[in-house]
Amino acid sequence: MSDQIAPEAAAAHWAKTRTLMWICLVVWAVFSFLIHMFVGYLNQITFFDFPLGFYMAAQGSLIVFVVLIFWFAARQNAIDEEFGADED
Amino acid sequence: MRGDFTDNLGRIYGIYVGAFAIFVIAMAILEQLGLPAKYILWSYMGLTVLVYAFIGIMSRTSQVSEYYVAGRSVPAVYNGMATGADWMSGASFVGMAGSLYVLGYDGLAFVLGWTGGYVLVAVLLAPYLRKFGAYTVPDFLGTRYGGNMPRLLGIIVLFAASFTYVTAQIYASGVIASRFLGIDFEWAVFAGLAGILVCSMLGGMRAVTWTQVAQYIILIVAYLVPAVWMSTVKTGVPVPQIMYGSVLGDITGYEQQLGVAKSHVQPFTNYTPRDFFFLIFCLMVGTASLPHILMRFFTTPTVREARKSVGWSLFFIFLLYFTAPAYAAFAKFNVMDMFVQAGGTLPYDQIPAWMYRWGNIGGNALISICGVAVTDQAAVMAACGAEKAAGFSFADLTLGRDMIVLSTPEIANMPWFVIGLVGAGGFAAALSTADGLLLAIANALSHDIYFKMIDPHADTKRRLLVAKLILLVVAIGAALLAQTKPSDILSMVAWAFSLAAAGLFAPLVLGVWDARTTREGAIAGIVLGFGTTLFYLVGNVYGFDLIKGSGDEVNWYDVKSISAGVFGIPVAFVVTFVVSRLTPQPSQEMQQFIRRLRVPRGGQLLEQAH
Repeated sequence: MSDQIAPEAAAAHWAKTRTLMWICLVVWAVFSFLIHMFVGYLNQITFFDFPLGFYMAAQGSLIVFVVLIFWFAARQNAIDEEFGADED
Repeated sequence: MRGDFTDNLGRIYGIYVGAFAIFVIAMAILEQLGLPAKYILWSYMGLTVLVYAFIGIMSRTSQVSEYYVAGRSVPAVYNGMATGADWMSGASFVGMAGSLYVLGYDGLAFVLGWTGGYVLVAVLLAPYLRKFGAYTVPDFLGTRYGGNMPRLLGIIVLFAASFTYVTAQIYASGVIASRFLGIDFEWAVFAGLAGILVCSMLGGMRAVTWTQVAQYIILIVAYLVPAVWMSTVKTGVPVPQIMYGSVLGDITGYEQQLGVAKSHVQPFTNYTPRDFFFLIFCLMVGTASLPHILMRFFTTPTVREARKSVGWSLFFIFLLYFTAPAYAAFAKFNVMDMFVQAGGTLPYDQIPAWMYRWGNIGGNALISICGVAVTDQAAVMAACGAEKAAGFSFADLTLGRDMIVLSTPEIANMPWFVIGLVGAGGFAAALSTADGLLLAIANALSHDIYFKMIDPHADTKRRLLVAKLILLVVAIGAALLAQTKPSDILSMVAWAFSLAAAGLFAPLVLGVWDARTTREGAIAGIVLGFGTTLFYLVGNVYGFDLIKGSGDEVNWYDVKSISAGVFGIPVAFVVTFVVSRLTPQPSQEMQQFIRRLRVPRGGQLLEQAH
């Protein structure tokens, strides 16, 4: 069957996929929770007339999420191609 | 014809956008020529519903895979728009900016919570569910864990999370239709029901997908136009998302002038930091567990497209959610400005007409002054009392969260053709979400219960007939329930996220990422995770005599009911993990199946009978 790739390649493919997953989850956690815990400090900085803490919750984190997903999709595609696991 | 349609999507929706722009301009001109407001509002509602009905009828289908997953032929960008419309409910469109107006910074928990979950969808679930090739979310549980029990539990969680939600959408469409068409709420609900059924009944997922794309375009335009308008009037620059930074400063200045205690930009004035982060967590995990969202990613042609499609979905959702805080800031500035211009207090004979219009919508406490609905000047004066004889202050005015977006065009004196546009946008938001939810419920009942459990030999014609009948029954049931204005049901919508998160997230994620997860582990995880959350929700809100405020309510560490998922989600993960390790590992075939699930190459795993 065409979808069978060698077991070693499959294991390596999955190991890299899992690393990418953890990287994405760490970035997600930082911009979902961690930076907003410092909103008080960030608000002392002004960014385009915004208090920075408010800006990060209203726009900054959202932009990071959108970029993160597209970056993830590109990285995962590259990993799939590297191990011949991509769709024909 | 089918090939023609997907090949020409760009042209077809391009023409659609052009026609819609011409319609809006025509309305503007007719308004100048003296067409009464009533006809403008009716035209917006009538024309948009006609367009949805047209798409729905054109997309009717007699093929099972078209009905359940739109033939898996929806390109990433269009699936992104459809997911955006699917996701942004009547409440997002109507209530999000209102929550931000009322809560200030703390309301941003909703902005964050309803966007960040898509990272989890993209990384943990969407590509694998697409590779698997199911028709429904319970279908995945049934195949991965084997047997009818996991499938049935999946359906129970799906139903618990989706049914109250769809009732609320039909309710919202009824409120909008009654406000903009000037008909009774009881009848307006059925206008909403008709709008929903024409989109979904004949063509299932295929029809819902293409109407949702059309609805997304209307709702995003309707949301952006008033915000751009206010930004241009106030600052001269038509980019509200950037310009409201300076407006936040103006609001802070006004707050000092008017003696407002809670600052708009100060964090944690309404929620404690812990409530704020718990809420974000539950909304995010809930986003990644709601079946009507997950099933949208079953419709892309490939795994690769499914990943990209999540990015587009979040991009289109982002366009509205990063505008909402701007909308709230401009709206708040406008209302505060009215008080500042009047010297701090507003005399009773200067109460603007829009306050009476919204105050007189019966049954809904949309706007009140000194604690009474703004029905007439005498009632307000009596409520404010003698010491406020000269006028009332900003603090005395309470605006309902659900009216800010719909009323802001009136408050800012925008013409009727903009007000009609906003009404059509809110209606589109409620209809599109209702369609997605309805399909998620009806498909689970028809595919997972009828076809997989009751009659596996049913032929295509019979399966589709059953699917359409169930859809009709669920829709009418939800509409009849919405008609009774069930306040308890409506407040239960907030539960959907925690229930779905506690019941579905662990078995879905571990089903892909942990090959050791067994059937017994998954069953125990769903039952205890979902059970814990449901226990806390019912116990915290009602207590076990099911009567509010009778003193027997449970309260664990002061966690709010809206964040009940913080208990159930970890319970589900731990129980699934531990029980899986205590039971025999999954069969060789299942482990082989999981290995193939993780590799995009080789086409989808389930070949559904057509």
